Amino acid sequence: MRKPVDLGDPDRLYMVTGGRSEADASLDLVTLIVSECEPSPGMQSEHVRILELCRHPTAVVEIAAELKLPITVVRILLGDLCALGKVSARHPRAAASVAGLPETALLQEVLHGLHNL
Amino acid sequence: MGSTTSELPSQRTPLTAAAETGLKIVVVGGFGVGKTTLVRSVSEIRPLNTEEVMTQAGAGIDETAGVERKTTTTVAFDFGRISLNDRMVLYLFGAPGQERFWFLWDRLFAGTLGAVVLVDTRRMEDCWYAIDRLEHHGTPFVVAVNRFDGDEKRFSLDEVRQALALGEHVPMIECDARVRASGKEVLIALVDHLYTRALAKESTA
Repeated sequence: MRKPVDLGDPDRLYMVTGGRSEADASLDLVTLIVSECEPSPGMQSEHVRILELCRHPTAVVEIAAELKLPITVVRILLGDLCALGKVSARHPRAAASVAGLPETALLQEVLHGLHNL
Repeated sequence: MGSTTSELPSQRTPLTAAAETGLKIVVVGGFGVGKTTLVRSVSEIRPLNTEEVMTQAGAGIDETAGVERKTTTTVAFDFGRISLNDRMVLYLFGAPGQERFWFLWDRLFAGTLGAVVLVDTRRMEDCWYAIDRLEHHGTPFVVAVNRFDGDEKRFSLDEVRQALALGEHVPMIECDARVRASGKEVLIALVDHLYTRALAKESTA
């Protein structure tokens, strides 16, 4: 098990996010991120990794696992890339409310997919 | 206990370009009950491990005169993935059920389809807190009893239902978290439950 990043190297996290700790709240764990451009020279290395990973749609939580960074840090990075138009976000349909049930059509699709496993 | 950490990036299996909707199901339960095992048995990728760092003002703890204390906690959790079709991908999160991780739950539960409470009949009390929080959040769930090899005290599902004070509306299922087909049945039981609830809601709307 790797060391928890907050104990191991807080300076690095500070550098990665430019000292910020407020993440983009609109990015869910399962929001799918897609690159809209290729990495360019001089880009921050984390941004480069994200743009490479997201050539295929990749969930926020998968990006965090691949970069070995806490989810909050990744959401900050993604918020920046979104604002610059370098990545786009495909938001989950079911994320609107916790208590509200998703529509039956969606669930039927899920059931169908599970039966086919 | 299987909290397997990461794998080589080269082993990543990317989603198709058409993938557009991420869905969530959370698996909760006590330490060592088999959450990661269940995630692994149905996931198309080897379970990944990630972490969240939570900072909270240390109200009432470690108060030093004149010094504002903050506590930082790192919580690691595992997740797996199932591509349901070209467009939809389901993520399964294994979440620790202990009370001290409540702050992680709010984030995991936001927008989740529902939850699986995994139970070890030798330590049923481990999931009381999880069930309480799910009911509080209004998150639909099923209870899956993990039948380990040599599960000596084979409480019946009815006995487990009584012990956990579960209402009749909560579906229960037995499973072997190590077996893919069994894990799949658990997920189907949950989504069947969600579907029935959604149908009932639509017909009264």
